[in-house]
Amino acid sequence: MELSIERMDNYMKSLEELREIRERMQGQVGLRSEDSSQTRVVVGMATCGIASGARPVLTTLSDAVQTKNLNNVAVTQTGCIGLCQYEPIVEIFEPGKEKVTYVKMTPEKALEVVEQHLIRGQVVAEYVINNAIK
Amino acid sequence: MMPELSLNILDVAQNSIRANATLIEISVLSDAKKDILAISIKDNGCGMTKEQIDRVEDPFFTTRTTRKVGLGIPFFKQAALGTNGTFHIESTVNVGTVVTATFTLSHIDRMPLGDITSTIHMLVTFNTQTDFLYTYTNNGESFSLDTREFKKILDGVALNTPEVSAYIKEYLTVNKQEIDHGAFY
Repeated sequence: MELSIERMDNYMKSLEELREIRERMQGQVGLRSEDSSQTRVVVGMATCGIASGARPVLTTLSDAVQTKNLNNVAVTQTGCIGLCQYEPIVEIFEPGKEKVTYVKMTPEKALEVVEQHLIRGQVVAEYVINNAIK
Repeated sequence: MMPELSLNILDVAQNSIRANATLIEISVLSDAKKDILAISIKDNGCGMTKEQIDRVEDPFFTTRTTRKVGLGIPFFKQAALGTNGTFHIESTVNVGTVVTATFTLSHIDRMPLGDITSTIHMLVTFNTQTDFLYTYTNNGESFSLDTREFKKILDGVALNTPEVSAYIKEYLTVNKQEIDHGAFY
Protein backbone atom coordinates (compact mmCIF):
# COMPACT_ATOMS: atom_id res chain seq x y z
CA MET A 1 0.00 0.00 0.00
CA GLU A 2 2.80 2.41 0.94
CA LEU A 3 4.49 1.61 -2.31
CA SER A 4 1.48 2.66 -4.34
CA ILE A 5 1.14 5.94 -2.45
CA GLU A 6 4.76 6.73 -3.13
CA ARG A 7 4.24 5.95 -6.79
CA MET A 8 1.24 8.26 -6.90
CA ASP A 9 3.36 11.11 -5.58
CA ASN A 10 5.92 10.53 -8.27
CA TYR A 11 3.81 10.09 -11.36
CA MET A 12 0.30 11.31 -10.73
CA LYS A 13 -0.69 14.74 -11.92
CA SER A 14 -0.37 17.03 -8.96
CA LEU A 15 -2.56 19.85 -7.76
CA GLU A 16 0.54 22.04 -7.44
CA GLU A 17 0.17 22.90 -11.12
CA LEU A 18 -3.37 24.06 -10.47
CA ARG A 19 -2.03 26.50 -7.89
CA GLU A 20 0.41 27.86 -10.47
CA ILE A 21 -2.41 28.32 -12.99
CA ARG A 22 -4.43 30.13 -10.33
CA GLU A 23 -1.56 32.53 -9.68
CA ARG A 24 -1.17 33.23 -13.40
CA MET A 25 -4.88 33.64 -14.05
CA GLN A 26 -6.07 35.55 -11.04
CA GLY A 27 -5.14 38.91 -12.50
CA GLN A 28 -7.16 38.16 -15.61
CA VAL A 29 -10.43 37.01 -14.09
CA GLY A 30 -13.49 38.37 -15.83
CA LEU A 31 -12.02 38.66 -19.34
CA ARG A 32 -14.77 36.53 -20.80
CA SER A 33 -17.67 38.50 -19.47
CA GLU A 34 -21.12 37.64 -20.72
CA ASP A 35 -22.94 40.50 -22.36
CA SER A 36 -25.62 41.17 -24.93
CA SER A 37 -23.16 41.29 -27.84
CA GLN A 38 -22.15 37.68 -27.26
CA THR A 39 -22.93 34.90 -29.73
CA ARG A 40 -24.29 31.76 -28.11
CA VAL A 41 -23.65 28.31 -29.53
CA VAL A 42 -25.98 25.77 -27.95
CA VAL A 43 -25.66 22.00 -28.27
CA GLY A 44 -28.50 19.62 -27.35
CA MET A 45 -27.23 17.18 -24.71
CA ALA A 46 -30.25 15.10 -23.75
CA THR A 47 -30.45 11.33 -24.30
CA CYS A 48 -31.27 11.81 -27.99
CA GLY A 49 -28.34 14.16 -28.59
CA ILE A 50 -25.85 12.10 -26.57
CA ALA A 51 -26.86 8.84 -28.28
CA SER A 52 -26.38 10.35 -31.73
CA GLY A 53 -22.96 11.85 -31.07
CA ALA A 54 -23.39 15.25 -29.41
CA ARG A 55 -20.52 14.80 -26.96
CA PRO A 56 -17.70 15.02 -29.55
CA VAL A 57 -19.57 17.85 -31.30
CA LEU A 58 -19.72 19.87 -28.10
CA THR A 59 -16.07 19.12 -27.27
CA THR A 60 -14.97 20.11 -30.79
CA LEU A 61 -16.91 23.39 -30.71
CA SER A 62 -15.67 24.31 -27.27
CA ASP A 63 -12.04 23.46 -28.12
CA ALA A 64 -12.17 25.37 -31.44
CA VAL A 65 -13.68 28.46 -29.84
CA GLN A 66 -10.88 28.42 -27.27
CA THR A 67 -7.99 27.75 -29.65
CA LYS A 68 -9.21 30.37 -32.13
CA ASN A 69 -9.70 32.89 -29.32
CA LEU A 70 -13.30 33.62 -30.19
CA ASN A 71 -13.82 35.53 -26.97
CA ASN A 72 -17.23 36.73 -28.03
CA VAL A 73 -18.65 33.23 -28.42
CA ALA A 74 -20.07 31.17 -25.57
CA VAL A 75 -20.59 27.44 -26.09
CA THR A 76 -23.25 25.95 -23.85
CA GLN A 77 -25.48 22.89 -23.63
CA THR A 78 -29.21 22.44 -23.46
CA GLY A 79 -31.72 19.61 -23.14
CA CYS A 80 -34.00 18.09 -25.75
CA ILE A 81 -35.75 20.57 -28.03
CA GLY A 82 -38.08 17.94 -29.49
CA LEU A 83 -36.36 17.30 -32.82
CA CYS A 84 -34.65 14.10 -31.69
CA GLN A 85 -34.43 12.60 -35.18
CA TYR A 86 -32.18 15.48 -36.31
CA GLU A 87 -29.68 15.28 -33.46
CA PRO A 88 -26.94 16.24 -32.88
CA ILE A 89 -28.38 19.75 -33.13
CA VAL A 90 -26.40 22.97 -32.79
CA GLU A 91 -28.23 26.27 -32.48
CA ILE A 92 -26.49 29.59 -33.01
CA PHE A 93 -27.90 32.74 -31.47
CA GLU A 94 -26.28 35.93 -32.71
CA PRO A 95 -27.47 39.23 -31.29
CA GLY A 96 -29.87 40.95 -33.68
CA LYS A 97 -30.09 37.95 -36.01
CA GLU A 98 -32.47 35.05 -36.37
CA LYS A 99 -31.50 31.77 -34.73
CA VAL A 100 -29.75 29.30 -37.03
CA THR A 101 -30.37 25.57 -36.38
CA TYR A 102 -27.81 23.10 -37.69
CA VAL A 103 -28.85 19.44 -37.69
CA LYS A 104 -27.19 16.02 -37.86
CA MET A 105 -23.89 17.55 -36.86
CA THR A 106 -20.50 15.84 -36.64
CA PRO A 107 -17.19 17.18 -35.30
CA GLU A 108 -16.10 17.83 -38.92
CA LYS A 109 -19.26 19.77 -39.76
CA ALA A 110 -18.91 21.65 -36.48
CA LEU A 111 -15.42 22.83 -37.45
CA GLU A 112 -16.81 24.08 -40.77
CA VAL A 113 -19.47 26.01 -38.87
CA VAL A 114 -16.77 27.57 -36.68
CA GLU A 115 -14.73 28.64 -39.74
CA GLN A 116 -17.59 29.78 -41.97
CA HIS A 117 -20.28 30.96 -39.60
CA LEU A 118 -18.59 32.04 -36.39
CA ILE A 119 -15.44 33.50 -37.95
CA ARG A 120 -16.60 34.67 -41.42
CA GLY A 121 -20.27 35.28 -40.67
CA GLN A 122 -21.51 33.02 -43.47
CA VAL A 123 -24.23 30.52 -42.59
CA VAL A 124 -23.36 26.99 -43.80
CA ALA A 125 -26.65 26.55 -45.67
CA GLU A 126 -26.41 22.84 -46.40
CA TYR A 127 -26.43 21.90 -42.69
CA VAL A 128 -29.29 24.22 -41.74
CA ILE A 129 -32.46 22.38 -40.78
CA ASN A 130 -34.64 23.64 -43.65
CA ASN A 131 -32.16 22.42 -46.26
CA ALA A 132 -30.87 19.33 -44.49
CA ILE A 133 -34.21 17.57 -44.05
CA LYS A 134 -35.52 17.79 -47.62
CA MET B 1 -28.59 2.05 -27.08
CA MET B 2 -25.55 4.11 -26.21
CA PRO B 3 -22.36 3.01 -27.97
CA GLU B 4 -20.29 3.69 -24.82
CA LEU B 5 -21.10 3.35 -21.12
CA SER B 6 -19.43 6.73 -20.57
CA LEU B 7 -22.31 8.21 -22.59
CA ASN B 8 -24.85 6.56 -20.28
CA ILE B 9 -22.99 8.19 -17.39
CA LEU B 10 -23.14 11.59 -19.11
CA ASP B 11 -26.84 11.11 -19.77
CA VAL B 12 -27.76 10.05 -16.23
CA ALA B 13 -25.65 12.86 -14.75
CA GLN B 14 -27.65 15.34 -16.86
CA ASN B 15 -30.73 14.12 -14.97
CA SER B 16 -28.94 14.97 -11.71
CA ILE B 17 -28.20 18.46 -13.02
CA ARG B 18 -31.84 18.93 -14.01
CA ALA B 19 -32.76 17.77 -10.51
CA ASN B 20 -30.81 20.80 -9.22
CA ALA B 21 -28.13 18.71 -7.52
CA THR B 22 -25.28 20.71 -6.01
CA LEU B 23 -23.06 17.63 -5.67
CA ILE B 24 -22.85 14.69 -8.06
CA GLU B 25 -20.67 11.72 -7.11
CA ILE B 26 -19.64 9.46 -9.98
CA SER B 27 -17.75 6.25 -9.39
CA VAL B 28 -16.34 3.90 -12.03
CA LEU B 29 -14.79 0.73 -10.67
CA SER B 30 -13.32 -2.15 -12.62
CA ASP B 31 -11.93 -5.31 -11.10
CA ALA B 32 -10.54 -8.00 -13.36
CA LYS B 33 -10.35 -10.67 -10.64
CA LYS B 34 -13.97 -10.19 -9.67
CA ASP B 35 -14.86 -9.76 -13.35
CA ILE B 36 -16.94 -6.70 -12.60
CA LEU B 37 -17.42 -3.15 -13.81
CA ALA B 38 -19.50 -1.06 -11.41
CA ILE B 39 -20.82 2.41 -12.10
CA SER B 40 -22.68 4.65 -9.70
CA ILE B 41 -24.06 8.15 -10.02
CA LYS B 42 -25.24 9.71 -6.78
CA ASP B 43 -26.75 13.16 -6.44
CA ASN B 44 -28.28 15.39 -3.80
CA GLY B 45 -30.96 16.70 -6.15
CA CYS B 46 -34.72 16.88 -5.74
CA GLY B 47 -35.18 13.09 -5.76
CA MET B 48 -38.19 11.17 -6.96
CA THR B 49 -41.44 10.04 -5.38
CA LYS B 50 -42.12 6.35 -5.07
CA GLU B 51 -44.52 6.60 -7.98
CA GLN B 52 -41.85 8.22 -10.18
CA ILE B 53 -39.23 5.60 -9.26
CA ASP B 54 -41.64 2.86 -10.24
CA ARG B 55 -42.19 4.45 -13.63
CA VAL B 56 -38.71 5.77 -14.45
CA GLU B 57 -37.56 2.48 -15.97
CA ASP B 58 -40.53 2.59 -18.34
CA PRO B 59 -39.47 4.03 -21.73
CA PHE B 60 -42.85 5.73 -22.07
CA PHE B 61 -42.37 7.75 -18.93
CA THR B 62 -40.66 11.13 -18.95
CA THR B 63 -41.10 14.43 -17.16
CA ARG B 64 -40.21 16.28 -20.34
CA THR B 65 -42.71 18.16 -22.40
CA THR B 66 -40.64 18.19 -25.60
CA ARG B 67 -41.14 14.50 -26.32
CA LYS B 68 -43.14 11.53 -25.09
CA VAL B 69 -40.42 8.97 -24.38
CA GLY B 70 -37.62 8.80 -21.83
CA LEU B 71 -34.93 6.35 -22.83
CA GLY B 72 -32.01 7.35 -20.62
CA ILE B 73 -32.65 5.01 -17.71
CA PRO B 74 -34.03 2.11 -19.85
CA PHE B 75 -30.87 2.27 -22.03
CA PHE B 76 -28.59 2.10 -19.00
CA LYS B 77 -30.59 -0.69 -17.40
CA GLN B 78 -30.63 -2.73 -20.59
CA ALA B 79 -26.87 -2.29 -21.03
CA ALA B 80 -26.29 -3.67 -17.51
CA LEU B 81 -28.82 -6.51 -17.44
CA GLY B 82 -27.66 -7.70 -20.87
CA THR B 83 -24.32 -8.64 -19.27
CA ASN B 84 -25.89 -10.53 -16.33
CA GLY B 85 -25.35 -7.38 -14.34
CA THR B 86 -27.57 -5.49 -11.94
CA PHE B 87 -29.36 -2.16 -11.98
CA HIS B 88 -30.77 -0.18 -9.05
CA ILE B 89 -32.26 3.21 -8.43
CA GLU B 90 -32.75 4.54 -4.94
CA SER B 91 -34.28 7.93 -4.44
CA THR B 92 -35.74 10.07 -1.70
CA VAL B 93 -37.57 13.32 -2.29
CA ASN B 94 -35.42 16.30 -1.26
CA VAL B 95 -32.49 14.03 -0.42
CA GLY B 96 -31.31 12.73 -3.78
CA THR B 97 -30.94 9.78 -6.09
CA VAL B 98 -28.41 6.98 -6.53
CA VAL B 99 -28.24 5.00 -9.75
CA THR B 100 -26.06 1.90 -9.57
CA ALA B 101 -25.25 -0.45 -12.44
CA THR B 102 -22.93 -3.43 -12.47
CA PHE B 103 -21.66 -5.27 -15.52
CA THR B 104 -19.88 -8.56 -16.06
CA LEU B 105 -16.55 -7.18 -17.22
CA SER B 106 -15.76 -10.01 -19.63
CA HIS B 107 -19.29 -10.41 -21.03
CA ILE B 108 -19.35 -10.27 -24.82
CA ASP B 109 -22.34 -7.90 -24.80
CA ARG B 110 -20.80 -5.40 -22.39
CA MET B 111 -20.46 -2.06 -24.10
CA PRO B 112 -17.03 -0.45 -23.76
CA LEU B 113 -16.63 2.20 -21.07
CA GLY B 114 -15.38 4.48 -23.84
CA ASP B 115 -14.11 8.01 -23.37
CA ILE B 116 -14.92 8.50 -19.70
CA THR B 117 -12.37 11.33 -19.53
CA SER B 118 -14.42 13.36 -22.05
CA THR B 119 -17.62 12.71 -20.13
CA ILE B 120 -16.18 13.89 -16.81
CA HIS B 121 -14.34 16.82 -18.38
CA MET B 122 -17.52 17.96 -20.09
CA LEU B 123 -19.65 17.63 -16.96
CA VAL B 124 -17.13 19.55 -14.85
CA THR B 125 -16.42 22.38 -17.28
CA PHE B 126 -19.97 22.92 -18.53
CA ASN B 127 -21.66 22.80 -15.13
CA THR B 128 -19.38 24.92 -13.01
CA GLN B 129 -22.16 25.67 -10.48
CA THR B 130 -22.44 21.96 -9.67
CA ASP B 131 -19.76 20.12 -7.71
CA PHE B 132 -18.49 16.73 -8.82
CA LEU B 133 -16.64 14.01 -7.01
CA TYR B 134 -15.34 11.52 -9.55
CA THR B 135 -13.56 8.35 -8.48
CA TYR B 136 -11.94 5.93 -10.89
CA THR B 137 -10.83 2.61 -9.44
CA ASN B 138 -9.05 -0.21 -11.24
CA ASN B 139 -7.99 -3.43 -9.52
CA GLY B 140 -7.86 -1.73 -6.14
CA GLU B 141 -6.00 1.45 -7.14
CA SER B 142 -7.85 4.68 -7.56
CA PHE B 143 -7.72 8.41 -8.15
CA SER B 144 -10.35 11.06 -7.75
CA LEU B 145 -11.25 14.53 -8.88
CA ASP B 146 -13.14 16.68 -6.40
CA THR B 147 -14.23 20.02 -7.83
CA ARG B 148 -14.72 21.37 -4.29
CA GLU B 149 -11.00 20.86 -3.70
CA PHE B 150 -10.16 22.35 -7.12
CA LYS B 151 -12.34 25.39 -6.48
CA LYS B 152 -10.68 25.99 -3.13
CA ILE B 153 -7.28 26.08 -4.81
CA LEU B 154 -8.54 28.16 -7.74
CA ASP B 155 -9.97 30.82 -5.41
CA GLY B 156 -12.39 32.36 -7.91
CA VAL B 157 -10.72 31.34 -11.19
CA ALA B 158 -13.44 29.44 -13.05
CA LEU B 159 -13.20 25.75 -13.96
CA ASN B 160 -14.04 26.61 -17.56
CA THR B 161 -11.14 29.05 -17.96
CA PRO B 162 -9.18 27.62 -20.95
CA GLU B 163 -6.00 26.96 -18.93
CA VAL B 164 -7.91 25.30 -16.09
CA SER B 165 -10.04 23.28 -18.52
CA ALA B 166 -6.87 22.01 -20.22
CA TYR B 167 -5.37 21.14 -16.84
CA ILE B 168 -8.49 19.17 -15.86
CA LYS B 169 -8.33 17.20 -19.12
CA GLU B 170 -4.69 16.35 -18.49
CA TYR B 171 -5.34 15.53 -14.82
CA LEU B 172 -8.02 13.04 -15.87
CA THR B 173 -5.97 11.56 -18.71
CA VAL B 174 -2.65 11.18 -16.88
CA ASN B 175 -4.14 9.82 -13.66
CA LYS B 176 -6.39 7.34 -15.46
CA GLN B 177 -3.37 6.07 -17.39
CA GLU B 178 -1.46 5.72 -14.13
CA ILE B 179 -4.28 3.70 -12.55
CA ASP B 180 -5.27 1.40 -15.43
CA HIS B 181 -1.99 1.43 -17.39
CA GLY B 182 -3.85 2.23 -20.58
CA ALA B 183 -6.19 -0.75 -20.34
CA PHE B 184 -9.19 -0.36 -22.60
CA TYR B 185 -12.45 -1.00 -20.79
